Amino acid sequence: MTASSPEFVPGPKIKEPRIRSGRVRPGAEQWSWRFMRISGPILVILILTHLFINLMTGDGVSQIDFAFVAGKWAAPLWQWWDFLMLALAMLHGGNGMRLLINDYAHTPWLRKLLHGALGVAVLGIIVLGSLVIWTFDPCPVDADMSLLPSFCEDVR
Amino acid sequence: MTATAESPAVGEVQAMTVTLRILRSKPEGTDEHKPGEQYWQEFQVEAHATDRVLDALHKIKWEQDGSLAFRRSCAHGVCGSDAMRINARNRLACKTLLKDLNPAKPIIVEPIKGLPVEKDLIVDMEPFFASYREIMPFLMTTGSAPARERRQSPEERQRFDDTTKCIMCAACTTSCPVFWTDGQYFGPQAIVGAHRFIFDSRDEGQWDRLEVLNDKAGVWKCRTAFNCTEACPRGIEVTKAISEVKHALTTGEI
Repeated sequence: MTASSPEFVPGPKIKEPRIRSGRVRPGAEQWSWRFMRISGPILVILILTHLFINLMTGDGVSQIDFAFVAGKWAAPLWQWWDFLMLALAMLHGGNGMRLLINDYAHTPWLRKLLHGALGVAVLGIIVLGSLVIWTFDPCPVDADMSLLPSFCEDVR
Repeated sequence: MTATAESPAVGEVQAMTVTLRILRSKPEGTDEHKPGEQYWQEFQVEAHATDRVLDALHKIKWEQDGSLAFRRSCAHGVCGSDAMRINARNRLACKTLLKDLNPAKPIIVEPIKGLPVEKDLIVDMEPFFASYREIMPFLMTTGSAPARERRQSPEERQRFDDTTKCIMCAACTTSCPVFWTDGQYFGPQAIVGAHRFIFDSRDEGQWDRLEVLNDKAGVWKCRTAFNCTEACPRGIEVTKAISEVKHALTTGEI
């Protein structure tokens, strides 16, 4: 049988080697992977310390009330700590959800819809959470004094 | 040592009845089932504990139902034709002994997942081979060919020794949960195939292959589920190989 006869069926073609060499630039997927690898351990440290400070030191779980939170957020360290925890947790979790959507949503419109909803949720929660952290008033004007942190007496 | 007629001979393997539950389908359909519809069918075969699942399948095909379709070629774990899902794990039927599977219960045999089923235990391997072709599985060099062989030290060879063992049975790729849901993913086998060349000191196409694997459907889809490493009948550390490719991509060093 020759190549020109009608019965000849060529095998599947192997791609020609690309004549392009040099370094491979990190693409979006690689950055996403790196972000997950870096934010993961940071989140573990942030969250475990957060839980330790809140639950294991002082009076334990019973100490947590408005005054305790207000006292913590009076310090810039805890404001930044909680902001970092919020932003990293939302971005880390949101990126994980993005990968899940890529895996399971096969129709383009559904994928777009879910990605959009996810983006709105992630950004919305980060913005709302940041607003609470940065514009928090530890001493509301007409609140019961016994519920407020001790330093509010000086403010009044 | 004396063996009497009553007691079984020393070392004799007891015969037993084994039930196989096979997920079948016929492209032409049967009286009860539509074309391509998958259905379970049970067979009982007399077998020894030291027989393999492949022997039991042969007994069914040769003695009970000649229409049972499955691939096998060498029957000794080298050709990689008879990968199938046995008791919910991808294995080679020719390397799986019945005694290792609890023969008291029915042994469940299904086609490997994630590839289109053609008939019974036979799947269309073309998407799998297409991924393999994509990573250019051939020696790529520059300059003129040397007059003698391309030399390599034992250490250089050791670098990619593990991934040369691949027999392309597709057990790893079809055990990957990412591949099940996203057929665009190259799958573990293609990355193993690329690893074999990327870390070969004689090859010069590393960055071309790494560029392919850096793609959306490439190594970044891997979630290190380790299903592939468990499934590999050749004992290749597949997830480790994938991680080495990721490492080469993130550090820029091979």
